[in-house]
Amino acid sequence: MNRDQIIETTKRFLSEEFEVSTDVILTENNLQQTLDLDSLDYVDLVVVIEENFGFKPTADDFKTVVTFEDFYKLVEQKLA
Amino acid sequence: MEKRVVITGIGLYSCIGENKVEVLDSLRVGRSGIIYDTPRKEFGYRSCLTGMVKEPDLKPFLSRRERIGMHQPAMYAYMSTREALEQAKLDVDFLDKNETGIIFGNDSTAGAVIETIDKVRERKDTTLIGSGDIFQNMNCTVNMNLSTIYKLKGINLTLSAACASGSHAIGMGYLLIKQGLQERVICGGAQEINKYAMGSFDGLGAFSIRQDEPAKASRPFDKDRDGLVPSGGAATVIIESLESALRRGAPILGEIVGYGFSSNGDHISNPNFDGQYRSLNMAIKQANIDPKVVDYVNAHATSTTIGDSMEAQAIYGVFGSDVAVSSTKSMTGHECWMAGASEIAYSLLMMENDFIAPNINFENPDEDSKKINIVSEMKEQKIDCFLSNSFGFGGTNSSLIIKKYNK
Repeated sequence: MNRDQIIETTKRFLSEEFEVSTDVILTENNLQQTLDLDSLDYVDLVVVIEENFGFKPTADDFKTVVTFEDFYKLVEQKLA
Repeated sequence: MEKRVVITGIGLYSCIGENKVEVLDSLRVGRSGIIYDTPRKEFGYRSCLTGMVKEPDLKPFLSRRERIGMHQPAMYAYMSTREALEQAKLDVDFLDKNETGIIFGNDSTAGAVIETIDKVRERKDTTLIGSGDIFQNMNCTVNMNLSTIYKLKGINLTLSAACASGSHAIGMGYLLIKQGLQERVICGGAQEINKYAMGSFDGLGAFSIRQDEPAKASRPFDKDRDGLVPSGGAATVIIESLESALRRGAPILGEIVGYGFSSNGDHISNPNFDGQYRSLNMAIKQANIDPKVVDYVNAHATSTTIGDSMEAQAIYGVFGSDVAVSSTKSMTGHECWMAGASEIAYSLLMMENDFIAPNINFENPDEDSKKINIVSEMKEQKIDCFLSNSFGFGGTNSSLIIKKYNK
């Protein structure tokens, strides 16, 4: 899966799960603020990531993720 | 000093109507909400009859986080509560600032639990269940969801008492307000409708198998009744102190004047004359009224052979032959955990509109039902005072008496 496919997939399932417009899922935006995530939402974030990318991010993984760019890098790293 | 307790809002999400206007029409014309639910056949049900309500689309009203912890009981209860709050002139802003409680009757979350367990069986990983399921799975699901959505600050508990849950919920709220411990309480009952919820009940052989005539299957008190029909949805009854209602300029739909209760202390499923009789008499005594004052009895009668007979005997024992009696379960089926609340709401609609809803399908009486005055056709009649019975497995009994409000 290349970067464009990762972005396209991410936009699709995040907008669907967290009911936000794909327009606000921009590389430089803050992931937590954009998706308005609380502690429970991270449980659901793990579920949809596993469903769509086939891996389960850990709490440590999320520590490295601030922006969507960070998230895309995490996905690339996990799928490599 | 004890407070007077009045009802200021009701809401219904029922198989005979998804709001009060639709329900009122059904009650007047005697419309049945019973259907034959084909998927139950393949699942292994002995009887596929059920009352049916659809799962409401809550997306226009609630955020994802507010919806994610909801399965059928909470979804239905949100719809009925939304309608009741509107009638009672209560909104989130008021509820956030003025202590209000919630006591809801609910006694199962079978559909939600089984769906969750199926996920774990398939994925073999509990961390892939998601965050909403726990709040769907717990029996207090209605309370957790509604108290969060409406920012409720008072008593917050779920009442499980089998098919008397909704009635006891109102009774307990009544006692708290009467004692001055709460100003207002959102009471009600919710009942899931899915094939997982009623399988074990069906297995007892307690359901009607008149499957070729769904609308005629629920026939409380009729000689040819052959069992109950399960049903569900939700009903909300908002109760508050008279002072609070007057201060807020809320509509006063009725006044709760008596709450009787008892336990049979006998068989786990068979009804018992003595327990019902004690519950009825306790309500009458607490209301401090002559039984003759009661114009209408909304019977628990579910269309089972023994249950209806016991109740007919108890009603005859307390009221004699004159009081008008009907079981709205003839139209709705048995709404179980919801029934005690919905039947208060149905009866309030009758009281407000001066009629008695028919006990449809009552064609021939039996030895016990012939002794009481069962209304089988819609009857125009003023109701100033009614009693509603609810009885449940384990021998839990509840009787509520409501009067028209008089200054």
